[in-house]
Amino acid sequence: MRTSVSLRSKNFHAGWFNFLVIGLGFIFQTAFLSIRGHSLGRCPLTNLFEVFIFLAWSVALIYMLVGPAYRLSLMGAFTAPLVVLLQGFALLMPIDKPHSGKMSANPWLEFHASISLIAYGAFALACIAGVMYLVQEHQLKTHELHSIFYHLPPLTDLFAAITKLLWLGFALYTLGLVSGFFVGQPLPWTQVICAIGVWVLYAAILQGRHLRRLAPKRVAALCIIGFSAALTLLWGITFTAQMNPP
Amino acid sequence: MNLFCVGLSHHTSNVETRERFTGQAGTDCVLRRAGCGEALLLTTCNRVEVYAAAEACVPTEEIARCLRRSIDNELGDDMSAFYRHENAGCVQHLFRVVSGLDSMVVGETEILGQAKKAYELARESGAAGPYLHRLFQRAFRVAKQVRTHTEITRGAVSVGSVAVDLAEKIFGDLTNCKVLLLGAGETSERTARALISRGVPDLRVSNRSGERAQNLARLVAGRAVRFEEWPEQCREIDILITSTSSEIPLLTPENLMPMLRDRVDRPLFIIDIAVPRDVDANVNALDGVYLYDIDSLQLIAEQSLALRRQQIAAAEAIIALHVDEFDRSISRGPNQQSLMGNHPPVGEGSLRASEL
Repeated sequence: MRTSVSLRSKNFHAGWFNFLVIGLGFIFQTAFLSIRGHSLGRCPLTNLFEVFIFLAWSVALIYMLVGPAYRLSLMGAFTAPLVVLLQGFALLMPIDKPHSGKMSANPWLEFHASISLIAYGAFALACIAGVMYLVQEHQLKTHELHSIFYHLPPLTDLFAAITKLLWLGFALYTLGLVSGFFVGQPLPWTQVICAIGVWVLYAAILQGRHLRRLAPKRVAALCIIGFSAALTLLWGITFTAQMNPP
Repeated sequence: MNLFCVGLSHHTSNVETRERFTGQAGTDCVLRRAGCGEALLLTTCNRVEVYAAAEACVPTEEIARCLRRSIDNELGDDMSAFYRHENAGCVQHLFRVVSGLDSMVVGETEILGQAKKAYELARESGAAGPYLHRLFQRAFRVAKQVRTHTEITRGAVSVGSVAVDLAEKIFGDLTNCKVLLLGAGETSERTARALISRGVPDLRVSNRSGERAQNLARLVAGRAVRFEEWPEQCREIDILITSTSSEIPLLTPENLMPMLRDRVDRPLFIIDIAVPRDVDANVNALDGVYLYDIDSLQLIAEQSLALRRQQIAAAEAIIALHVDEFDRSISRGPNQQSLMGNHPPVGEGSLRASEL
């Protein structure tokens, strides 16, 4: 709230306030997931509600790991609304439907799901850094410098953060994808193909970046497209699993 | 005890008048002999002011005499340039001065450093007593608050500083940047100097006249490059400042594109100060190229200045609150710490320690 008011009044002061608020939210999220996990007797990723809470937790986790390291002022102001959106959606929509049967613990499945969601957290942060890059780039190109221009980080810093977040997310996602083949139960082929599709998309972005074929602006735009695709896939996987329980 | 301020500034006098009243070493002591219990002299290129506390009224003419650089100077017509602020008016004036509201360029921050230096000198000489200590320490706190809670210092207000701000928003740290100066104009030289002051280590100068390039390179601690080589330099550099007298654009999308292929993830910032322009405006449409001509730089500077002016009301509101608070507290007399002469030097901690 304070962040949005400050931005509107052109009097924003990025700093520890964002970090502390997100940190506090992260503690509550962790407590909730822990209680839920104890009651289920497994990692709390059994329905769409839990998946969205876990995803919001992952975004906060990656922000707390990456934010201070890159000193990206205002990243918290962009991250907080995404966390609120994900959690708000989970809390307001009627998606917290308990499974009819008792779900047995499957360490490989739980590892696959949780590590993939943490990868989504990194992709979400890359997407946020991409939005910040495009906003800053647009202002520099059009010569229209608004108040936010003075608060956003330099283009080169944002691009360095995007690259590292992409690599982190890609490594975690690859780990999640590979572990998916060890869960010991058949997976719908549409899900597998879509998951590999997202992996190929991020691999192509990183390859383009590595070979210097893609301009930073295009990488930033692709981060937004990539995360949108990944989020759609996540929705599809969880929704399908919820409709057709094993 | 009455607080008052007597002085003259760029608002009331020209530089010739101001330079006749810059005071001398030990002026604060002279002022104290004239009847000021406490006195502090603030001298900058735009103002000469005395802040003082006295039991009895010390006439403005008496203060003006103390400020004369030479005793031969007659006050004459110069007296009309002097202004005087008493008590709350004096407090408000000082708060406005240190916050940059009374400066020629609204929101400039140099005045705060100058006021701190003047306060330190008065503190060390013993000319500043409990009233001035309280006044100035509160003033520094007010200035900090105004800077933090308004955008009075936001944005650059000269072509050179706008260019530096933009470069920092593109590259972040400028200590790894390479700059090419194409043409040896005065504005481009100033811009280059501004970039050097922010840590640019590699500056190259290219000009049709090799001798001028050499001379400018020497002045800015750079190196001269032959004029025929400048297109090749564009593959390596990060910032290009052009100010040649060419009648046709030297840089077009067609001749720049091949150079950009090698530097797809490195931005190129082009500052075109030449009239007619050296760089085709369509170059700005290329990925990773940020082109600014003299008009766009000046427009940003003017927008920053306009934004600063918009912030004046917010700054005045902060100042008004502090003036009221200070006025109420000063009527209670100086605090124990001030009376004991325990006046800490200027610093973050000291401001709070000696607050009212």
